[in-house]
Amino acid sequence: MSDPMRVRAAENGGIVDVKILMKHDMESGQRKDAAGKTIPAWHITTINVKANGKDVLNGQFGPAVSKDPFLNFKYKGAKGDKIVVSWVDSKGDKRTDEATAS
Amino acid sequence: MNQQRRSLLKYSAVFGLMASAGLISVAQAQEWNKAAFEGKSLDDVFKILGAGSPDKSSAVTLNAPDIAENGAVVPVGIVTTLKAEQMAILVEKNPSALAAQFYIPAGTEPFVTTRIKMGQTSNVYALVKADGKWSMAVKEVKVTLGGCGG
Repeated sequence: MSDPMRVRAAENGGIVDVKILMKHDMESGQRKDAAGKTIPAWHITTINVKANGKDVLNGQFGPAVSKDPFLNFKYKGAKGDKIVVSWVDSKGDKRTDEATAS
Repeated sequence: MNQQRRSLLKYSAVFGLMASAGLISVAQAQEWNKAAFEGKSLDDVFKILGAGSPDKSSAVTLNAPDIAENGAVVPVGIVTTLKAEQMAILVEKNPSALAAQFYIPAGTEPFVTTRIKMGQTSNVYALVKADGKWSMAVKEVKVTLGGCGG
């Protein structure tokens, strides 16, 4: 299992601002190791964010997203919304973390 | 019974189970758009996304630095006044043009910020699909140190 994400959600005037920091190497498939062999790509492919069980964002990432991907978006919501973020990577690994809008 | 059909059945059963258990949403069950992310050039990706040749629009704003000192971490944001359903970030000179794609459900603001890698100085494209039509904004980002190689 991979390291936990950091999820912050702050409500202001009916808009919830969500910031997510995922912990992932996001290997691009372009780099070479010391022996000159290409390191295979390994990156997050899909990410889903739900607030109170309803989808608020779906994303797809390629290997060109930076290491430890950061994501910031806003949706119409309220304080206390339960936010669930989950991702799947190209090896089928998964991670889900939760936060509450404040 | 043939082997391919068997494994297909097995897969759909697993996915069905995960979906019903609420582990994955319908959108996530949709496969990662491999073809689009493997598209080498801008035109490849436009074609796969069904974007044709998007018009430049002042309603789409791409927030990116003029100069990125470190190509491994380039902050990029898309904001639009359009009713966006989808957004995509493309880097013209990366080995694969498409960096990230987002689906914006109703109730979510048409605003996304993330960080991407850039191999070299290149034009960055922000694509927005609204009302079935694609629009875009372009900005050149100068990269001092590439983020794709070792």
